[in-house]
Amino acid sequence: MIPIILLIPVVLVIALIIWVVGAYNFLVRLRNQLENAWAQIDVQLKRRHDLIPNLVETVKGYAKHESGTLEAVTQARNMAVNAKSVGERAEAENVLTGALKTLFAVSEAYPDLKANQNFLALQEELTSTENKISFARQFYNDAVMTFNTQIQVFPTNLLANMFNFTHRDFFEVKAAEEREVPKVQF
Amino acid sequence: MWEQIVANRRRSAVLIIGMAVILILIGFAGGEVIAPNAGAFGLLLALVIWGGMMLAYFTSAEDILMYGASARELKREDSPQLFNVVDEMRLASGLGFMPRIYLIDDPAPNAFAVGRKPETSSITVTTGLLYRLNRDELQGVIAHEIGHLKNRDVQFMTLAAVMLGTIVILSEIVTRSLWYGGRGRSRSDSRGGGQAQIIIIVVGLLFVILGPIMAQLLYFACSRKREYLADASGAQFTRYPEGLASALEKISQAHVPLSFASKATAPMFIVNPLSAAAGDEPDSVFASHPPTKERIRILRSMTGASFTDYDAAYRRAKGGSVIGTQTLQAAPQEAIRAPSTQGPIQTRQDSHDIARRSAGYLRLSCNCGLEISVPEGYEQDTIRCFRCGSVLPIPSATSAPPPTSAQSLPPVLPVNIPPVIPPAAMQFHRTKSDGWESFRCACGRTIQLSPAFDASQIHCDSCGRTIDVT
Repeated sequence: MIPIILLIPVVLVIALIIWVVGAYNFLVRLRNQLENAWAQIDVQLKRRHDLIPNLVETVKGYAKHESGTLEAVTQARNMAVNAKSVGERAEAENVLTGALKTLFAVSEAYPDLKANQNFLALQEELTSTENKISFARQFYNDAVMTFNTQIQVFPTNLLANMFNFTHRDFFEVKAAEEREVPKVQF
Repeated sequence: MWEQIVANRRRSAVLIIGMAVILILIGFAGGEVIAPNAGAFGLLLALVIWGGMMLAYFTSAEDILMYGASARELKREDSPQLFNVVDEMRLASGLGFMPRIYLIDDPAPNAFAVGRKPETSSITVTTGLLYRLNRDELQGVIAHEIGHLKNRDVQFMTLAAVMLGTIVILSEIVTRSLWYGGRGRSRSDSRGGGQAQIIIIVVGLLFVILGPIMAQLLYFACSRKREYLADASGAQFTRYPEGLASALEKISQAHVPLSFASKATAPMFIVNPLSAAAGDEPDSVFASHPPTKERIRILRSMTGASFTDYDAAYRRAKGGSVIGTQTLQAAPQEAIRAPSTQGPIQTRQDSHDIARRSAGYLRLSCNCGLEISVPEGYEQDTIRCFRCGSVLPIPSATSAPPPTSAQSLPPVLPVNIPPVIPPAAMQFHRTKSDGWESFRCACGRTIQLSPAFDASQIHCDSCGRTIDVT
């Protein structure tokens, strides 16, 4: 009979190994979920970039005098396509959203344009893409929060340091207007 | 919600095993009652029935449940807004795949989700829902259904519904063969015939008794808690609880009975279709859904959009928590977002058009302004307009290629190229407009061309012919 005193460390080591495997897999799953969520955002952003040239062409046909707004949209789109880091991209996408809002506001004055089937379909697609970006971004940020919490909480953080699970950034940039404190005048 | 997923998995396992045990016991007991050693035969029969149920479930559960409802699968081009609404919720919930979308042409607003695996699941809405709800409300309903999908409620309900359906079908078969078989049985085989007769009677009686019991068990097993949890999921995914709240309000106030819901399928809808029509919803253990007023109150009293906010609102309304602690701990904070400004995504007419188009109806516009829907089985080549009486030809693909203009002919080449003879099966159709267009193939099937169609050929699904579209 093997004395109990020798069995205890063996059992402990086995338990430790099981825990390590479980925790590591959990972190991997969280990280993959996070990266998948980022990929989803990426897909929607690219879709928005692809829809814009078509929109600009459609509007040009009806609203010849709004070339300034159209130029702004095209420039914003090019900047968004070329942006590289997460911060740059978030900033560029915000500028693009603003330009699109102006364009849709301006197109309200052209009833022929508003009745055009192509324009309506594009408007629906772009609005939906904005919503999808917003939902995907929230899901991504939630995944980032869960992941960051898990790699900082006590037992798992040891594992995180060992296997190189690093902190992730949120995809969250408020537009410049939102960041400013509103001035109140009496 | 981990707790709910685990609970549903457990319930499904219990149901499968429990059903096997009950059937085996009944089969054995029934067999022994009939003849001393026929218990084994009864047991075998029971196992065969149980195996048949499992087979039916694992191969075609969704088809079985959707069959009675005459639901039509929609493609993205049929209703891009509806697909976008579902797509947005797919992203918000992290579902990972796009469920199939079905439409039922019924004025009662309601929705349900069906599926035995997440990847094969589908969401069904009625036309009544599409034209009553605005975008936020529709999104709330879809988010609620996706909540059911994620919590594995749908998988459990599908299993239970298939089992109940199998038992009902079997009892029908047995009672019918009892009724008709009794007359045609030959006198000469009286002793052997008598025994078989008794077996059939007993088995039939057992199924007839078992059916209603299963239905009650189904209702007990459907804890109404699952609806609250799906409401919480819906609020969290949309970040806008008021959307789901006002959708529930509109659905429960519609008071239109749903034509195809039965007691067996009622638990799967978002609002109980049987009591919504009558207007009363008892808050009893026997109800399949919690009362809608309660659900609306909880949603409207939420101060944020996360699970913790829903749980807090539930505690204020009913006392006691509804969401598991592990989910609450992991739940991130969500603020309520601003409402969207979009109204109903379809008008009443558009919703009916989508349903009819998916069902193969061909749309014709008369010059007097009337739009006529011609069903697929219509045999003649012309139809008379109901309003003005003029005779309209039904567009069909022709076998003669359309005449080409002189400019499009290529210049005559010096080499002797043999003329191209179109194959006999080739058909041609010339599009007349930019919107939806329908025409008939030579085999009679209606082919629909969406505004987004820009290819040069289309294949008929029934006869396989290729049709050139110009």
